Amino acid sequence: MTTEAPALGLTHGRSEDTGLGNRGPESKSIVVPYGFWLFVLSDIVLFSALFATYATLSHATDGGPTSNELFDRTLVAVETVALLLSSFVCGLAIIAAKRRNLLWTQIWLFVTGALGFVFLCIELYEFTHMIGEGAGPQRSAFLSAFFTLVGCHGAHVTAGLLWIGTMMAQLWSKRFDPPHMMRRLMCLSIFWHALDIIWVAIFTLVYLIGTL
Amino acid sequence: MSDRENELLDVAPGEPHDSLLSESLSYIVGLGLALLLTAVSFWVASTESLWSPGVAVGLVVLAIAQMGVHLVFFLHITTGPDNTNNVLALAFGVLIVFLVMIGTIWIMYHLAANMGPTPEMTNLQMQRG
Repeated sequence: MTTEAPALGLTHGRSEDTGLGNRGPESKSIVVPYGFWLFVLSDIVLFSALFATYATLSHATDGGPTSNELFDRTLVAVETVALLLSSFVCGLAIIAAKRRNLLWTQIWLFVTGALGFVFLCIELYEFTHMIGEGAGPQRSAFLSAFFTLVGCHGAHVTAGLLWIGTMMAQLWSKRFDPPHMMRRLMCLSIFWHALDIIWVAIFTLVYLIGTL
Repeated sequence: MSDRENELLDVAPGEPHDSLLSESLSYIVGLGLALLLTAVSFWVASTESLWSPGVAVGLVVLAIAQMGVHLVFFLHITTGPDNTNNVLALAFGVLIVFLVMIGTIWIMYHLAANMGPTPEMTNLQMQRG
């Protein structure tokens, strides 16, 4: 059957895929990250609703502090670079993992998590600072939308940090022997890169356009 | 790469291929482009030398470009035949995101514009009359 199939849309060197499903389901190493990719995309759709809410309410300050008075671009620049480097290092961890290099995978994962932690600390500092100034989420519709949007991203980063920690512990005990370890690492990297994509939208729409 | 690795690792989103050098190079090029676009965004936002009504649009364009860089160099979404499913899912996601965002902003802007005078405005009119 395989030998008769036309050489259309060669996918993986070892099999022909015409895109018509003539060779049965894909291997789990494709299907699982693909399903996770679908989850990440639906998560981005969720964020689009929060972005739309923020865009609608960004001028509804109820006489309270405006985005121009609240946001500090220097802090945001540091946050942005930390998360971008974290995303980059996460890619290095995957490269090391593909070569079954446990030490470097663990080192790069640790650096990824550490940079993510730096990002989270700066964000929490910003939040506590704003709440201390009386610009908490209950102050105005603008601030409610801001804390929901940016806080939701921060919650995702927190979940990602927990995931990185769990992943490192699993790698420590199981190494790369079970095939699902690589799948889990792939899903983690998709999640972490997606968080950085959402942050690009946040720093542009909320922080830069908000302080023009 | 050995056959075993090839078998374990087909193409999924976020997955790099090829040799150590070309894989690393993809991430390094991506990092460089993303840093450049970020720097340009921050510069565009702070400089006085640009036509100010166009700045917001320019920032949005830069952000979309940077998201593209992340998708191509970090998530390895390509136009290759092994990536068709990933691209189609992405295209559908982008469609929904644009519908939700542009639809909301469009409708809410017109709603606010057609809302009529606010209580403060009414008071002002009454004072004048």
